[in-house]
Amino acid sequence: MKRSAPTLGKDLTGLESLSPEQIRVILDTAEPFKEVSERQIKKVPVLRGKTIVNLFFEASTRTRISFEFAEKRLAADTVNIGAVGSSVSKGETLVDTARNLEAMRIDMVVIRHWSAGAAHFLASRIPSNVINAGDGAHEHPTQGLLDMLTLRDHFGRIEGLKVCIVGDVLHSRVARSNIYGLVALGAKVAVCAPRTLLPAGIEELGVRVFGRVEQAIEWSDALNVLRLQLERMQDGFVPSLREYNRVFGITRERLEWAPREMLILHPGPMNRGVEIDSDVADGPHSVILRQVTNGVAVRMAVLYLLTGDAPDLAEMARSGGAGRA
Amino acid sequence: MTAADSTVLMDDVAVRRAVGRMAHEILEKLGGTEHLVLMGIQRRGVDLADMIRDAITDAEGADVQTGTLDITLYRDDLMALGPRPVVGRTLLPRGGVDGVAVVLVDDVLYTGRTARAALNELMDWGRPARILLCVLVDRGDRELPIQPDIVGREFPVLTDRRVDVLVPRLDGELAVVLSQLERR
Amino acid sequence: MSRLLIRGGRVIDPGHGVDLQGDVLVDDGRIVAVAQLLAPDSAEVLDARGLVVCPGFVDPHAHLCEPGWEHRETIATGAAAAAAGGYTSVCAMPDTDPPVDDPASVGFIVAAGRRAKGARVFPAAAVSAGRKGEHLTEFGEVVDAGAIAVTDAGRAIASSKLMRLALEYARSFDIPVLSHPEDADLARDGVMHEGVVSTRLGLKGKPSAAEEIGASRDLALAAATGGRLHLQRVSTAVAAARIRQAKECGVNVTAEVTAHHLLLAHEVVASYGTEFKVDPPLRTRDDTRALCAALADGTIDCIATDHAPRHYDEKEQAFDDAPFGAVGFETTFAVLHTHLVVTGKLELATLIERMSTGPRTALGLARGTLQPGEPADIVLLDPEARWTIDPGAFLSKCRNTPFAGKQVTGKVVRTLVGGRTVRDASGSPRAASAP
Repeated sequence: MKRSAPTLGKDLTGLESLSPEQIRVILDTAEPFKEVSERQIKKVPVLRGKTIVNLFFEASTRTRISFEFAEKRLAADTVNIGAVGSSVSKGETLVDTARNLEAMRIDMVVIRHWSAGAAHFLASRIPSNVINAGDGAHEHPTQGLLDMLTLRDHFGRIEGLKVCIVGDVLHSRVARSNIYGLVALGAKVAVCAPRTLLPAGIEELGVRVFGRVEQAIEWSDALNVLRLQLERMQDGFVPSLREYNRVFGITRERLEWAPREMLILHPGPMNRGVEIDSDVADGPHSVILRQVTNGVAVRMAVLYLLTGDAPDLAEMARSGGAGRA
Repeated sequence: MTAADSTVLMDDVAVRRAVGRMAHEILEKLGGTEHLVLMGIQRRGVDLADMIRDAITDAEGADVQTGTLDITLYRDDLMALGPRPVVGRTLLPRGGVDGVAVVLVDDVLYTGRTARAALNELMDWGRPARILLCVLVDRGDRELPIQPDIVGREFPVLTDRRVDVLVPRLDGELAVVLSQLERR
Repeated sequence: MSRLLIRGGRVIDPGHGVDLQGDVLVDDGRIVAVAQLLAPDSAEVLDARGLVVCPGFVDPHAHLCEPGWEHRETIATGAAAAAAGGYTSVCAMPDTDPPVDDPASVGFIVAAGRRAKGARVFPAAAVSAGRKGEHLTEFGEVVDAGAIAVTDAGRAIASSKLMRLALEYARSFDIPVLSHPEDADLARDGVMHEGVVSTRLGLKGKPSAAEEIGASRDLALAAATGGRLHLQRVSTAVAAARIRQAKECGVNVTAEVTAHHLLLAHEVVASYGTEFKVDPPLRTRDDTRALCAALADGTIDCIATDHAPRHYDEKEQAFDDAPFGAVGFETTFAVLHTHLVVTGKLELATLIERMSTGPRTALGLARGTLQPGEPADIVLLDPEARWTIDPGAFLSKCRNTPFAGKQVTGKVVRTLVGGRTVRDASGSPRAASAP
């Protein structure tokens, strides 16, 4: 009579390796967790006694706080480690940092790192659960999931939905996670950016490419607008921010041409007046704050589901430790 | 669902009769439907709560608020399970649970651990004025000091047996059956 | 020194079209005769039945890491590892710390090479002082000290003017300029081939165009100057095609390719394995096919190991942070024999030619054939032996190979340098493991 969710495995390093069923389970599990944040006492005793380390080699406010809320609302004990002022900045290698934490008997690591593959590297070397909170330009799976949850909330489905990712896909882990997740669940995915900000062979990931944002708006049900890092201009990928806004910015005037109601997502933080205008970001199309709320629920779901694959626990269950609740 | 090696303890008619009586007991104990909320514990408690609500509505002609409670995240054996159990929906009645009389409805009362989890969860939601525990079957063998307020039927059975309540929505029939506990 | 008769092997000397079942007689470190049924006289007899007897391999591109990086390799361990792979001569790259860019540092390599027991070590000196790409080193002095070539090893010469001067100036000393063909600006910060795999993994790619531009420029300058150009580690189909065209036009160019660029494509990086992080990066299947064809038709003259030992700590990092490089001495013959010769894509004699006579010619060395009077630099191969590549058994200090655990066919049994056995693996358990 007991119903179990399909397991995710030990780690969540990206959405590329997940099956559509696994992605659906995370989204479905996020639903009941949304309610927890609405309670007077915003805490459930799911991860009581578990220790989670948030290992952030790169500065991040939004993602780290969202993870921390998720962990705390599941009653876990959390420790935050930033690169600045820790042994990491004294030249300790990633694997040594991880092994030291492991020696202190932690249960999970949430890692943000500037190098693509860092989460995968860590996951293959320590027995704790590892969650990727962004690795270089590779993946940011929980962001992809929260974007999908937000789309599903609004449209009631992912399959068949037309989603266009607009902006700096070349350097974006958010773009990759969205592409893998959305394509897996049957959405139609497109990208739109100046060619200088699109990576080689992007079409082979199953997406179509729009050269102009007007075409993207005409085609899409939803736009996921990526942040344009100001360094990109210095690196010469775009000639100027003014031109970027004029040609690729999401403005109210452009959205007025949309043939259907359009949803606007943005992973934040926004550069208002560059990739997105304020009256769009704050307007009726925008679900940017709903994304933030969903972020906590999705991360709670991931934390909850990953604890199911801790090997020692599975062993206990086999030996009959579980009684009837 | 009713396999050859299982015995029917209560058939459709017997369950309906018990539910009708339980509905009246609730009204009696609480003196009416005002400030009454029926909270079914996922999954089959939800069906029983709906049946009780219908019985109360039939008797009193008044609407009764219901909600559902999923106690998965409050299980004391959660970390000892292998793959994560599916988390069901918790739906609070409009207006929450503060100051109301909550009737927790479940199918079978056994160790008392589910009721403990439900009580904890309810407390995290707010501060009910009163909580009653209402079960269709009490099979005894409590592991915690918890007793029901309203019981459909008592069946003291051995620990190597299992008692299941079947409901039409999930099982295609309404009954209480006794069977041998599968050993794995 | 005593006489040695290597008897009953299949003698292949591709430089002179020799492929016969017979004997090789060595006296006083030099080859005396190659023929069928030589009389043993008073010579020690080495039974080579079932084995291939051929010129020792010559590696035009190896990093021996000394001075400065002795935790990776030393000249002694490098020379021994090279001998284990059948190499009797290796050209040591100057990207040491400090770099080999003056007569004293060349002399250090030469002296350390003489002391080492294994392959002969020939230093290449830097093209530019400090490998900074600014001013030419004193080619005349480094050649007098023993350098056989100049190269900035692993660093492309960004300035076309400097490259032109190097090719011109090297003509005076008849040495080749070994060039890493790459447009550094275009390849900057790239860690793998730019393509769908780098896109999927979120890693910065080096586009093929970076190598194509570098190769095209170098070939244009070689044509213009008449200098001896040797292109290192060719990895793209287009660069191979450019070399073919240039050779048809009579440009004085030679080129090398590594085993990993011939056999592996970028898909193997899929799980961020740093053992596959090499420079230039592993390219596409189309490229590997084109490189194999270019090797077969002689467009690419020689096989290099690009032996680049990296300590396990250095490779035990995220892909971006790990250094480029793979060891190659002890695997190159076996993996190429397995995947090119056993599969019928390449004649055994051609593989031997590209590993001995080809690099010998490119570097202008007087070694690498089995002609009477030549130094007896000889390798004995067992083409049937099957074994598994076990990095733990390497003589190199480092284990960073992309071929770990691979089943291979073909094995170096014995390596002789100047008639002396410097490596004898005939009694090792690896040989015995043949079914």
